[in-house]
Amino acid sequence: MRRAAIVLGALAFAGALASALLALPPAPVSLPPAVAAKMDVSGVSHPVTAVLLNFRGYDTLLEVAVLLLALLGVLAIGREDRIVRGRHVERIEPVVAMLARLGVPLMLLVGIYLLWAGAHRPGGAFQAAAVIAAAAVLLNLARLTPAWTQAPGVRLRWGLTGGLLVFAGIAAMLLTGGTLLAFPPARAGLLILVIESALTVSLGLILAGLFLFLSEDRGGRP
Amino acid sequence: MSAATAFDLLLAALLLWSAWRALATPRLDRAIVLFIAFGLLMALAWARLAAPDIALAEAAIGAGITGALLLDALGAWKRRAGKDKPGSPS
Amino acid sequence: MSNGLLFALAGALLFALGAGGVLLLTHLLRRILAFNIMGSGAFLVLVGLAQRGSVVDPVPQAMVLTGIVVAVAATALALALARRLRALTGCDDLDVATEPKGKSDA
Repeated sequence: MRRAAIVLGALAFAGALASALLALPPAPVSLPPAVAAKMDVSGVSHPVTAVLLNFRGYDTLLEVAVLLLALLGVLAIGREDRIVRGRHVERIEPVVAMLARLGVPLMLLVGIYLLWAGAHRPGGAFQAAAVIAAAAVLLNLARLTPAWTQAPGVRLRWGLTGGLLVFAGIAAMLLTGGTLLAFPPARAGLLILVIESALTVSLGLILAGLFLFLSEDRGGRP
Repeated sequence: MSAATAFDLLLAALLLWSAWRALATPRLDRAIVLFIAFGLLMALAWARLAAPDIALAEAAIGAGITGALLLDALGAWKRRAGKDKPGSPS
Repeated sequence: MSNGLLFALAGALLFALGAGGVLLLTHLLRRILAFNIMGSGAFLVLVGLAQRGSVVDPVPQAMVLTGIVVAVAATALALALARRLRALTGCDDLDVATEPKGKSDA
């Protein structure tokens, strides 16, 4: 009964939403021309990066704070138990170990490339951080790096929060101009590069931490 | 109907099918693998929508990190299922 | 029909499918999957709808890019909660977890 009601409700919802999408008139405000008109003062030449770091930098700043909060949540909840670890050492396939050894340096290189490319073509801090975090996960799966079983040390804490601190610091510095995160056009490119570099390191560590703080396997070479 | 439209239709159908199977298939491990496939199909859809930035992020995050998180959780789930039955030791 | 509108429609269906899943499924991992499918559907609607006229719109693309990263963080937090719940109560769903079986975190 309840099941049928939910299925019918979901179907009706899907139908209503689809017909609304089909009937929707064109948007009264078109954003692409507005973005294109301001591209020359944004400091970068890739529109998505310009929106992310310059035009809507405020959103991105708070988003980094949200990510940090999620990591704090994961740390606060902690692992389900700390006893089961280390009871058996699984054999790692040589292919996985080889893949990790060959792949991780390449992934780091791709991450750095994506960070640099973000200014003028698809790429940027988020993609670079995702690739770097994936490299860390791969290292953990190959048991080349252990999971983070302890609370983060001082250096790791600075690494995790550095991106947010740099971003917020630059935002505070620019407050003298009157508006939040209004980059002066002459220095916008440099400021965006500094923020993106810091964000890459921090987001990479945060995303890797989401996995490494949760993973049970102690890893390390037996 | 052009080849591009046909491909988009096929991709949309595959997205819906993989999402449906990920929720409906009885085995949990298969569901997670299907969900990872769903993430990769999403990356393709972003590429078709001329959003290469999102496609890059989705491929690395949706398929890579989310997949690793889910599989790790599934491993922990199964280990516990084998270890302790009703009341877990604290 | 532009491909933006096509993917927006697919997104609407995915959202409904995920919402049904969140309500119907009881296993916590399954619910987290369903929640992620809902999110993906919402992202497709956002970008697809803005690109109905086949003009690339960087604003929703940037929003969705940050959204994907937030979604993975939310998933990790949800998984941490689910694993903790599982370790404390030994059950797979919320229905049983609401009735403490003699031992909770007391």
